[in-house]
Amino acid sequence: MSKKLKGVLRQIAIQLFLLLVTAMVLFPILWVVSLALDPRDIDKPLELRLIPPGASLQSFRKVLFEPFNLLCRDPSNPATCMKFGGLLRNSLLVALGTSLLAVVLGSTAAYAFSRFRFIGRQAGMLFFIVMIMLPTTGLLAPLYVLLSQIRIGSEPLRASLFGLVVAYSSGFLPFAIWNLKGYFDTVPKELEEAALIDGASVTGTFVKIILPLSVPALAVTVLNSFMTGWTEFILAWTFLDNPSRFTLAMALRSMQGQFATPWSEFAAMSILMSLPIVILFFLLQRYIVSGLTIGGVKG
Amino acid sequence: MASVTFDHVTKAFGEVIAVNDLSLEIKDKEFLVLVGPSGCGKTTALRCLAGLEDITSGTISIGDRVVNDIAPKDRDIAMVFQSYALYPHMTVYDNMAFGLKLRKVPKAEIDQKVREAAGLLGIEALLNRKPKQLSGGQRQRVAVGRAIVRNPQVFLMDEPLSNLDAKLRVQARTEISRLHKRLETTFIYVTHDQMEAMTMGDRIAVMKDGILQQLDTPQHLYDKPANKFVAGFIGSPAMNFFDVTLVGEDGELAVDSGTFKLRVPPQYRQVLANHAGKEVVMGLRPEDIHDKEFMPPLSFSARLKANVDVTELMGNEVFVYLMSGENSFVARVDPRSRAKAGMEMECVANMENMHIFDKQTEVAIV
Ligand SMILES: Nc1ncnc2c1ncn2[C@@H]1O[C@H](COP(=O)(O)OP(=O)(O)O)[C@@H](O)[C@H]1O
Ligand SMILES: [Mg+2]
Repeated sequence: MSKKLKGVLRQIAIQLFLLLVTAMVLFPILWVVSLALDPRDIDKPLELRLIPPGASLQSFRKVLFEPFNLLCRDPSNPATCMKFGGLLRNSLLVALGTSLLAVVLGSTAAYAFSRFRFIGRQAGMLFFIVMIMLPTTGLLAPLYVLLSQIRIGSEPLRASLFGLVVAYSSGFLPFAIWNLKGYFDTVPKELEEAALIDGASVTGTFVKIILPLSVPALAVTVLNSFMTGWTEFILAWTFLDNPSRFTLAMALRSMQGQFATPWSEFAAMSILMSLPIVILFFLLQRYIVSGLTIGGVKG
Repeated sequence: MASVTFDHVTKAFGEVIAVNDLSLEIKDKEFLVLVGPSGCGKTTALRCLAGLEDITSGTISIGDRVVNDIAPKDRDIAMVFQSYALYPHMTVYDNMAFGLKLRKVPKAEIDQKVREAAGLLGIEALLNRKPKQLSGGQRQRVAVGRAIVRNPQVFLMDEPLSNLDAKLRVQARTEISRLHKRLETTFIYVTHDQMEAMTMGDRIAVMKDGILQQLDTPQHLYDKPANKFVAGFIGSPAMNFFDVTLVGEDGELAVDSGTFKLRVPPQYRQVLANHAGKEVVMGLRPEDIHDKEFMPPLSFSARLKANVDVTELMGNEVFVYLMSGENSFVARVDPRSRAKAGMEMECVANMENMHIFDKQTEVAIV
């Protein structure tokens, strides 16, 4: 009896602890939701109410439809200011471009590192670790100089969205290559050999055997690289000159003023920005999980 | 359909010589078994033929075409891997169709070929499953099916039955033999199991440490092993070996182990005469040693006494483990034998089936 009681108490203690952890994780999110709905522009909730007094969707409307008056080519002319739609387009271009480049270059490079023996293979992998350790902002100066040298027409590559994509993916690739190479290593070589005998070329085995079997690792690469491109703003602020190329992350950053911040709009913008990532995660989730069951050659 | 020739083929991995100067001619439509203990280079030899390994020296031909520099896909071969190597992300149907699709075979023809092969192997009901939903025996059939749909000139199989349980293995063995008769194609089959080799092969190549020991029919390999290794490897229980001295005695010849002395049959005397006085190794298979009470009629036999260590009743026969001086050996005797552990047994050896090996080189003298 007392043993059973002990078990019950133990369970209660564990459950309470888990509830506490859940609350700690959820609280900031609820806080942001509450702020977004609060028209008073306060920086923290004054009471424990998810729906504040006088709640409205006013700030969402403002963020979505009104121009951002700090992001204008001509500050005196509101028509030249960026709106949510334009920022979203730029953000999507940058994030998807970063994803695409990371997956294409990452998987092909990782395949070479996984399957071919060449001089500098070990050294290359070590070098990538060093690169992973290096924060992207540490590369800001060299990237700025490098990308300014390359010109597309009259413009430096640095000032274009593609330049940003190049900068982000170069920062992300070392991780992508490590991650994908580790996964490719677990795909049995015999599967490729069977395909070679069946009539596939080396490229054919990569596309038809290795890639389909590595979907989980590819999904992780897509998700992480998309997030990098979607949320980064420091390089973007430094590199881009023309406000018509600015991104959502930059707009969010610009709202934090030196003297006053429109907290409701800031919170509303944060929520809107998190939605694509949440959606992408749900889309990719089943591929990431399926990686645990895909299995080897035997059973 | 094609013959296969290994001409002085060597394959080295750094210091390790996996295949050492292998010369082997496999006839068209033959079922050749490559057998030997683990690590003797069987898989490597097969992979060289498939084009998955570059050979260090020598030439390999399929038909009259030298294939040294030809890509695996252009060698017109199919291979069943030890692990089966089925594509995990494809259904059974797609696994089998993969090679045909890559070769741009029309869809209707692919369908017909896959279904025909599936019918032959009894896997029609599995065509829509993924490999992980199959049992070991089913996977093995799919792997064979994937090989046969392409109608290759040569089939290569690397221990395709080693992942199956004993009962299934015996069944699959006969199925593969039947398949060979039906397809009338050259098969090269690798195994470490001498029983599989004996029951399936038209001819058997025995390898050890990368070196071909003997290439012969199963019966010849059993009756006339070329050396002590082949003699001990083929047959179960294995051949008994005795350290003996050849002694001449009043014009006759005998082997002397120290504890027993056995006369040599007249047909071997001439060959062995110039080894008289030398230490040699004598081999006798367990079925050539009988209990004296239940011996069959033999034209030339010799008697010896030995102490019974253990007996194992197998139903239709008894394995008697015997000791005589330094030599321990096994006899396969009539089940009525009264041999018991601890007692002395009178044995009769059928000396016409004896083998004599050189002590140093281990090469068979008779
Ligand atoms: N890729 C390789 N690299 C180095 N050594 C190898 C390689 N493949 C096989 N070997 C060596 O070659 C020898 C023969 O191997 P293998 O052909 O697999 O033998 P078997 O199939 O008869 O068991 C072994 O000593 C093995 O360790
Ligand atoms: Mg092997």
